[in-house]
Amino acid sequence: MTELHHLTLAELNEGLRARRFSSVELARHFLARIERLNPALNALITVTPEYALAAARRADELLASGEAGALAGLPLIHKDIFCTDGVLTTCGSRMLSNFVAPYDATIVEKLSQSGVVMLGKANMDEFAMGSSNETSFYGPVKNPWDLKKVPGGSSGGSAASVAARLAPVATATDTGGSIRQPAALTGLTGLKPTYGRVSRYGMIAFASSLDQAGTMTITAKDAAMVLRDMAGFDPRDSTSVDTPVPDYVAGLDRPLAGLKIGLLKEFFESGLEESTAKLIREALQVYERLGAKLIEVSLPNLPLSVPTYYVVAPAECSSNLSRFDGVRFGYRCENPQGLEDLYMRSRGEGFGAEVKRRIMTGTYVLSAGYYDAYYLRAQKVRRLITDDFARAFQQVDVLMGPTSPTPAFDIGAKVDDPITMYLNDIYTIGANLAGLPAMSIPCGTVGGLPVGLQIIGPHFAEAKLLNVAHGYQNETLWHRDIPKGYA
Amino acid sequence: MSLTDNDVKNIAKLARLKLSDEQLPVYVDSLSKIFDFVAQLNAADTAAVEPMAHPLADQVQRMRPDEVLDTDQHAKYQRNAPRVEADLYLVPKVIE
Repeated sequence: MTELHHLTLAELNEGLRARRFSSVELARHFLARIERLNPALNALITVTPEYALAAARRADELLASGEAGALAGLPLIHKDIFCTDGVLTTCGSRMLSNFVAPYDATIVEKLSQSGVVMLGKANMDEFAMGSSNETSFYGPVKNPWDLKKVPGGSSGGSAASVAARLAPVATATDTGGSIRQPAALTGLTGLKPTYGRVSRYGMIAFASSLDQAGTMTITAKDAAMVLRDMAGFDPRDSTSVDTPVPDYVAGLDRPLAGLKIGLLKEFFESGLEESTAKLIREALQVYERLGAKLIEVSLPNLPLSVPTYYVVAPAECSSNLSRFDGVRFGYRCENPQGLEDLYMRSRGEGFGAEVKRRIMTGTYVLSAGYYDAYYLRAQKVRRLITDDFARAFQQVDVLMGPTSPTPAFDIGAKVDDPITMYLNDIYTIGANLAGLPAMSIPCGTVGGLPVGLQIIGPHFAEAKLLNVAHGYQNETLWHRDIPKGYA
Repeated sequence: MSLTDNDVKNIAKLARLKLSDEQLPVYVDSLSKIFDFVAQLNAADTAAVEPMAHPLADQVQRMRPDEVLDTDQHAKYQRNAPRVEADLYLVPKVIE
């Protein structure tokens, strides 16, 4: 028998509208799964059953009256980076372990208006800084495919939640790969939209020229449904782009014959495991059968994306995180001896090891005498990388390659070596530097662990990416796999 | 490049971060490795390249009409403050 949590968001939506089950039943079903399965996964920091049941009752009334929004009654988990009015919002940090957000992030507000039912807040790397979800003050998240493995990061809680079917969808954010890499490592469809497509208002800032909110779902169709209601201009975010939001669902079934796919030469070199490469090549064959043409392209500056990112992102982080001073909100040390001591100890004790490392990296690269050598140079290389992408998109419609060089690795394996950890994001960072939309979709397993295919498009080509991903998911069933013990 | 203990102490001071004696050598080691790693950027020819501060070309900061959009909510915001008295945020004495 098909159980409710086997269904995709689109299927749950049909069921709700056909009155086969109610929103309250759905919320109860997923809340019961959270209660039973989350203790082993540590995927959620906060569960909000009362909030969820109240929202579900409202959704049921609206569904009955025919006035319901497009996502009415559908359960969702928000990454704990998004401010939720009256609900604890920690960003995975001791610094915000007592912070009850006084307002909703724009995407939280928009999705509430559309009728979603928030079940809780997902665990994450502290301030979204990490690729394994091991830097969280609330402890590591486990990968439902193998509890000894990491789920990826920083949106590891969002990924583990959807992979374990604790919810059919979770919100997430991506600064250097934090949606796509965990989606790949847990067998999900992860979408990072174009920079500026989705409002950043109320999303706790890490690196403001890179951060973008997106979705973690079972299918591309589900991602299209959610993005339609998340995206759009927001006057409260000064980098939000005022361009119309297309109907992402309407374009999903366009045929892929004649699609020009660029294979990123650089992605198939350096450090890609052969077993992962094989699955990527098989996925490309599926696209060839659908009539797509494969064209090898080279982005010569792409190998510099990781060092570029590790100057730009820490610089922006050191500036953004200077607001945490122990004065108006957040953690404050005991018995401060003067204002300087209050700042130094509140920040020293409130931030974890990786966040401090990045603040110090950023402080150094922005400091007098080093600014030109590091930050200005990185901004120049960022343009070289962006120009490489622009040239590639003159030849091809989308770029494809792996999302991550390996499947999920062991918890603890890379935690003591920041450079090795940073290199997990070697394939994902380029899209952030250039502000491009990108997705990861599941394309097979190695040793029982999922592998992701990455699809990168030109600015504002989300509809094309979703169309391309949906075409593959019509031909394959990898996206419907559920880890053992969670079916 | 290898940073000294004093370099890292100075960076931590600029960043207003108190580091413990045990943390210091960990950061001396890892920050030195990070700055070695990002030194790869020196290989790129950036002579004629304009620095890129924003991922979308032609984006400018928008102006908006100077209108009141939010009402006073200080009581709600101050519920998150570590110490408040008479609607004021309290910090240790700065001037004796």
